[in-house]
Amino acid sequence: MKMQIIDLHVNGTLRTVTVRFADTLLYAIRGKLGLTGAKPGCLNGDCGACTVNVDGWPMKSCLMLAIEAVGKNVTTIEGLKNTSIQQAFIENFAFQCGYCTPGFIMNCHSLILKHPDADDETIKEWLESNICRCTGYAEIEKAVKSVLEKK
Amino acid sequence: MDVIGKSIVRKEAQDKVTGRAKYTHDYHSGAMLSGKIVISPYGHAKIMKIDTTEARKMSGVRAILAGEHFPLTGEDIRDRPPLAVDKVRYHGEAVALVVADTPAQAKKAADRIKIQYELLPVVHSPTQAFQKDAPLVHERLGEYTKENATPVPGTNIATHIKIRKGNMEKGWAESVTTVEADFSFAPSDHAAMETRCSTAEILPDGTIKIMTSSQAPFMVKQLIASYFNEDIGKIIVETPLVGGAFGGKASVQLEILAYLGSKAVGGLPVKILNTREEDILTSPCHIGLDAKIKFGADRQGKIKIANIRYLWDGGAYSDKAIDLTRAGAVDCTGPYNIENLWCDSYCMYTNHPYASPFRGFSHSELSFAIERTMDLLAEKLQIDPLELRLRNAIKQGDTTPTRVLLNKSNVGNLQKCIERLRELIRWDEGQMEEINDRFIRVKGISCSWKTSTIEPNASSGVILIFNRDGSINVMSGVVEIGTGTKTVLAQILAERLQMDVDKIHVRMEVDTQTTPEHWKTVASRGIYMAGRALLKAADDVINQLKEMASIVLRAPKEDLKVAESRVFLRDNPAIGLDFADICYGYQYPNGNSIGGQIIGKGNFILRHLSFLDPETGAGKPGPEWTVAAYGVEVEFDRRDYTYRLVKAVTVVDIGTVLNKKAALGQVMGAMSMGLAFAGRETFYFDKYGRVLNPQLRTYRPLRYGENPEYLVDFVLTPDLEAPYGARGVGEHGVLGMPAALGNALSVASGVSLHRLPLIPELIWKTKGGSGNATV
Repeated sequence: MKMQIIDLHVNGTLRTVTVRFADTLLYAIRGKLGLTGAKPGCLNGDCGACTVNVDGWPMKSCLMLAIEAVGKNVTTIEGLKNTSIQQAFIENFAFQCGYCTPGFIMNCHSLILKHPDADDETIKEWLESNICRCTGYAEIEKAVKSVLEKK
Repeated sequence: MDVIGKSIVRKEAQDKVTGRAKYTHDYHSGAMLSGKIVISPYGHAKIMKIDTTEARKMSGVRAILAGEHFPLTGEDIRDRPPLAVDKVRYHGEAVALVVADTPAQAKKAADRIKIQYELLPVVHSPTQAFQKDAPLVHERLGEYTKENATPVPGTNIATHIKIRKGNMEKGWAESVTTVEADFSFAPSDHAAMETRCSTAEILPDGTIKIMTSSQAPFMVKQLIASYFNEDIGKIIVETPLVGGAFGGKASVQLEILAYLGSKAVGGLPVKILNTREEDILTSPCHIGLDAKIKFGADRQGKIKIANIRYLWDGGAYSDKAIDLTRAGAVDCTGPYNIENLWCDSYCMYTNHPYASPFRGFSHSELSFAIERTMDLLAEKLQIDPLELRLRNAIKQGDTTPTRVLLNKSNVGNLQKCIERLRELIRWDEGQMEEINDRFIRVKGISCSWKTSTIEPNASSGVILIFNRDGSINVMSGVVEIGTGTKTVLAQILAERLQMDVDKIHVRMEVDTQTTPEHWKTVASRGIYMAGRALLKAADDVINQLKEMASIVLRAPKEDLKVAESRVFLRDNPAIGLDFADICYGYQYPNGNSIGGQIIGKGNFILRHLSFLDPETGAGKPGPEWTVAAYGVEVEFDRRDYTYRLVKAVTVVDIGTVLNKKAALGQVMGAMSMGLAFAGRETFYFDKYGRVLNPQLRTYRPLRYGENPEYLVDFVLTPDLEAPYGARGVGEHGVLGMPAALGNALSVASGVSLHRLPLIPELIWKTKGGSGNATV
């Protein structure tokens, strides 16, 4: 089995990991770096539970190989500290089981940075890539809009 | 204090927004091996040959299990081999298990296992299964070990529940109008975001350690002990946070395979994580149903009689479908008082994935059939559908199908729910509104009721232990599956002890060795049962605190009061002791000490539940009935039959609101799930019984922005036996959604819709569309 030693910039730190060429970024950050906030949900890009940020953009880490992340800045949910979107998720009860939450928060976080004045259409376009099976999305909508309104 | 009703933030909130919350798959050690299941590619086929030669040579492979006769498993009927032998009965069934060092190696080896099948005729539906000449899913049905089930050997009937009430001849004689209709839908899926995952390890002393994403860790322990003749005290099951369950994780399946996998490699730890496809195909699904309903009513619309036949699609193995069939029977009429009743509820074997509970436990399913029939009856009698429901709504003084007499406590107020629904959905402004020649807005309504149909001896226990600062740790076997139940338990304790809820800590994880048992986290019974156990434990704690304070303060116990983390004299609060002074015993100034750490305990078992009479169904299945009324408004495109969900309403009699935002979240989330079940979610099968859409790309839950505006309100009729009067509410938002949507779309399209999911193509076909007609 061919292995490769690579350097990954994750949450502001340079981490050296050994990966197979076929290992996804999700597999590497969870299995090799112990950052289990990003979740496997479908390994197919359908559910968004594994969403991280790569150079500021939301990325489904099951759709990216670990070796493709070399030279890029990867932020995982563990890299967010006391952001307003995290607080808004808590205040608005925007999660129940919490499994989709890291992915949703990472997606919302990028959205807020890239489109501080996002309209309903833009919010929908961004957030429809993630699935939450517990809430009916009303609380997530409230949470993301509460942060956008403050901006 | 008054913490009841407040939207207290869930105790594990910080963990969940920072990625620190851990689920089963997040626990991993380097030594852990990976299990990979090889699944059946067909719905029904004979296994001719399994060749594992090549797979065994692959690097990293530790063991391969295939073709071996393990003990049969299954909850009421032992009909399911952990790994298929001789034949496969559903697409996705586990046929072999590979254990290897890494997931990639396990997968590679699994792909090299060669299995030859010979196709067998497929049983495609419960109706087909019911026919006399249907192929048999289980040829040896009569030989299985069983309890609480009535399988009929030589048929595909796994069980038959009968409800016989009143006088059928009288009922038909009193009816001037009858309606009769059939309804049908295929199985579907829970699609919890966390796919199921289990690990097992067997220590040298024989201790079996299992970690699993389950709603029923205590059942895992009980069933593994029973299936494999293991010592129950040596089985420890841990369940951390669970990433959504919805009933799907109440069945015991992967745990068995992880256990067998570990056993095959000398007890080393083995993990099995379902891929999404396996989670949909291999693990149990959401039950399907073929229903036949006949109602008779008098001129005023009073329903005099009902004749009901439910053929539940239990799939290849009966497991929980036996109980689902029973639950469907006990509330078979929906929330209406029908005195003359004949209901046959059959659990049918088919070549579909087998069923586990699904949020609502047969009630969203039967409600679709009953509530569509209610609209058909309203139409035939030319009575307003809302008015018809009001006239027949169940109330105190009526009896249920299983003859439980309803009183002011054990049933909610359905009339009030319907009246509030009338306002919220603006029913009196009309059911249909024309927007232009293409679009119309249409409303549909429905009602539901539900009791729990759990084991009559299911119990729940709570232990409270103090920390030295006077704060308290709550230990309950309720699994945190997302419902926030454990946070609400903290609220209930804070209320009872009149203390700050922040000084109450809740242990989120369950382990069956140190956590008192809560039977299963199912049936909207968490608060009711664990809450009652908790109140008992709280009273135990209050008593112990007062005893200690009575000695120290030299005052009778009866003169003492507990509040704000203190025990004090009722008439002079200045004289008292802080919890911190006495919760670990009391020390006198000279060093002498008395007492010790205060440990409170409480347990609860539901009162007077009974088995159902096999001939009439008479018996008490559950403690109370939560009732609700629903409405859905859609914008319907008359050109292509597509529609947009505009509004969805649920009014539920919740008894008491314990945590407002949490309760609203439960109801809205359930509505979203019910609308997705109604509008799009189903398994599409081919002629070989294969599920064609086992991915979230082709099996689509609701996504952001596709949801309607939710209008939720509560009626408050307290259940006198429940903690602070609260009724179960975790499931109820689902129950009426399929019917309300079906009723709206039937009016919108002008044809009566009898199947799910309610996709435009169904409407087109029902309207007579066929062939290559262009839209």
